[in-house]
Amino acid sequence: MRYDVVIAGFGGQGVLLAGNLLSYAALEEGKNVSYYPSYGVEKRGGSATCTIVIADGAVGSPVVGHPSMLVVLNQASLDRFGASVRTGGVCIINSSLVDVATLDRKDVKIVPVPMNEIALGLGDPRMVNMVALGAYVALSGAVEFASLAGALKEALPERNHRFIPANVKAIEAGAEIALGKKA
Amino acid sequence: MSKRLFVKGNEAAAMGAVEAGCRYYFGYPITPQSDIPEYLSREFPKLSGEFIQAESEVASINMLLGASACGVRAMTSSSSPGISLKQEGISYMAGAELPGVIINISRSGPGLGGIDASQADYFQSVKGGGHGGYHIPVLAPNSVQEMYDLTMHAFDLADLYRTPVMLLGDSVVGQMKEALVPNPRPVRDLPEKGWAVRGKGGAEQRVVKSLFLGDGELEAHNWRLHAKYQQMKEKECLSEEHDTADAALLVTAFGSLSRIAHTAVTMAREAGLKVGLFRPITLFPFPERALAEAAGRAGKVLVLELNTGQMVEDVRLSVGAGVQVSFYGRPPGAGSLPSPEELFEVIKKHYVQAPN
Repeated sequence: MRYDVVIAGFGGQGVLLAGNLLSYAALEEGKNVSYYPSYGVEKRGGSATCTIVIADGAVGSPVVGHPSMLVVLNQASLDRFGASVRTGGVCIINSSLVDVATLDRKDVKIVPVPMNEIALGLGDPRMVNMVALGAYVALSGAVEFASLAGALKEALPERNHRFIPANVKAIEAGAEIALGKKA
Repeated sequence: MSKRLFVKGNEAAAMGAVEAGCRYYFGYPITPQSDIPEYLSREFPKLSGEFIQAESEVASINMLLGASACGVRAMTSSSSPGISLKQEGISYMAGAELPGVIINISRSGPGLGGIDASQADYFQSVKGGGHGGYHIPVLAPNSVQEMYDLTMHAFDLADLYRTPVMLLGDSVVGQMKEALVPNPRPVRDLPEKGWAVRGKGGAEQRVVKSLFLGDGELEAHNWRLHAKYQQMKEKECLSEEHDTADAALLVTAFGSLSRIAHTAVTMAREAGLKVGLFRPITLFPFPERALAEAAGRAGKVLVLELNTGQMVEDVRLSVGAGVQVSFYGRPPGAGSLPSPEELFEVIKKHYVQAPN
């Protein structure tokens, strides 16, 4: 199997950490992964994007023109990448900050997830990226949820391990919303 | 097999240098390669190595020259504008036949340009970027694993041929993270460094220099260096081929772009087009013979580069007049990285025009 995804938002939303976690989880499962962060003159508040390819065989190009899935955390990212999603693909949109109606695509599945509200509800608005990641993994099946929990240990420095249970909850919450288990 | 790590290409190159026994680094920070000095500044103190952030690129390349003259494994790294500053020192090292590794995680130019992935430093790297008509081996990794493996190889080549060696990458291979298996350094027969200066004591004097003023001395030196380049061409060419056996169109690309091109070639194969990929791994020595063979079979070559056409000149020289060579370039800059889908369209267009 081969999965590719572009995760995009503004700097500070944790887009790159989400991409890293997904990659660690896939690696732990013995898969091949490439994680390619956009690398421009970008900083906090600017745009942050990463492309992840997960494959059983060779990854091939780390650059993907038409991803099968797109996860966008802010309006600018939807404007920039919305048209690139492959026909039949999936677009997961942070409906807390993004006007979903601006994506005029009938040929892709659009999944609005109010990521900021969910993260706030769990007590920490910084967990927006975990909610997004949970939604992506639930809809793509790219990795197992258990691997994500393990990946948190790899990706986070020791001093932040105490936040892992809260992050796992945020991942689960994102997954549930994406699968339509909760309103 | 060791555990698979998940690291950036730049870190992998730094890890490869440590494994190769390099304990001396001299450099000056510049995007997008600063992960290399960051890693080594953290690790070298634990290994009794020396890490020096010099006052400039010019100082750091000359520190590398000095360390190398003492016979130790040493390196520097930078990105395009910084590598330009180092050219004088690289020329002196080539002239004095000093080993050393220089990593260029190149960015776009000319001048200050931008920081995006670019292959515009091909000419500077392979044609002798400094004065005096020399060549140095240039290796072009296209994965995190190769950033590690080829850095170790670079140190061996440097010692085998007493020459500076360059690893040429860009922000794609430098910033990308992939799995890395940190294999141990391969065992190779390397020559003694009987030329290294060490404090004369009672022994014979050793002199490391690039100045040759005696009658006929410099001409002889140049011919000897030339013979060394010929020997590298005989022995050290590295390249990789995919689906070239029955290809009617041979796509050629190096470094980061070869990864994107490979996926585009796979798309072409899935669409029933007989397309193959030839990737030079050594840019100097250029794998002329292997390319000529594969190109001769296909009859038509399409060269892809992140510039307006540089390697294409070496391709033309390699394949001879019977092979049709065409070029597609994406000059450097933000948003200039082509996707596999775009390259597939380019391949289709050139394939249609292919004879038969």
